[in-house]
Amino acid sequence: MVDILYFASLREALDMTQERLELNDQIQSVADLKKLLIERGGQWQQAFTQQQSLLVSVNQQMANDDTAISDQDEIAFFPPVTGG
Amino acid sequence: MLISVQQEDFDASQVASQLCSERKDIGAIVSFTGLVRDIPEQQNLLALELEHYPGMTENSLKEIAEEAHKRWDIQDLAIIHRVGQLKPGENIVLVVVISEHRREAFEACDFLMDYLKTRAPFWKKEITHDGESWVASRQSDMEDAQRWSKT
Repeated sequence: MVDILYFASLREALDMTQERLELNDQIQSVADLKKLLIERGGQWQQAFTQQQSLLVSVNQQMANDDTAISDQDEIAFFPPVTGG
Repeated sequence: MLISVQQEDFDASQVASQLCSERKDIGAIVSFTGLVRDIPEQQNLLALELEHYPGMTENSLKEIAEEAHKRWDIQDLAIIHRVGQLKPGENIVLVVVISEHRREAFEACDFLMDYLKTRAPFWKKEITHDGESWVASRQSDMEDAQRWSKT
């Protein structure tokens, strides 16, 4: 199982804060996970294909599409940051 | 080192005194406070809503602070960032750096703010009379942060 978190505009677009997913063997990287989420269609497809600047972290470290993911990981997707 | 993500307001001078207490080696205190700002001609902003990623946000602030310690000869620093709903005129963020000499404190404070704006997971939503909208990231903030890339 992995935990997936969504923040800010992405959280609102998906109407989801957090979910747990069972990973199958096909899902080895962030890119694989994104593909799976896009397959949900609707707002998922829209959010993950239109927001090109979407950022991702794995276990609270900034990551990218090539980052490997495995069981127990915490993965978060979010838009560019705007603090300060 | 004082790092805090909190809803409550802060008192910049109190934080500076706290950093300097019991010390005799400090010659400079540089403090930056960021405020919620409305645009005078529009007077449209009701509040900013600040969201963060609990855990990752605190850790990223710690990493940024450690980077400043490595780059400049500074004695101590504080970063306080507020979250939740904040009204125009309220404090959002505080960076205080104390050092022996002013140059290090000025530069480290500037660096900390630039990095915080582009690296720390915070997101701002504007709540206005016309509705709500997420603040877009600014290219100029990215350019400011790139000034500090090693040459």
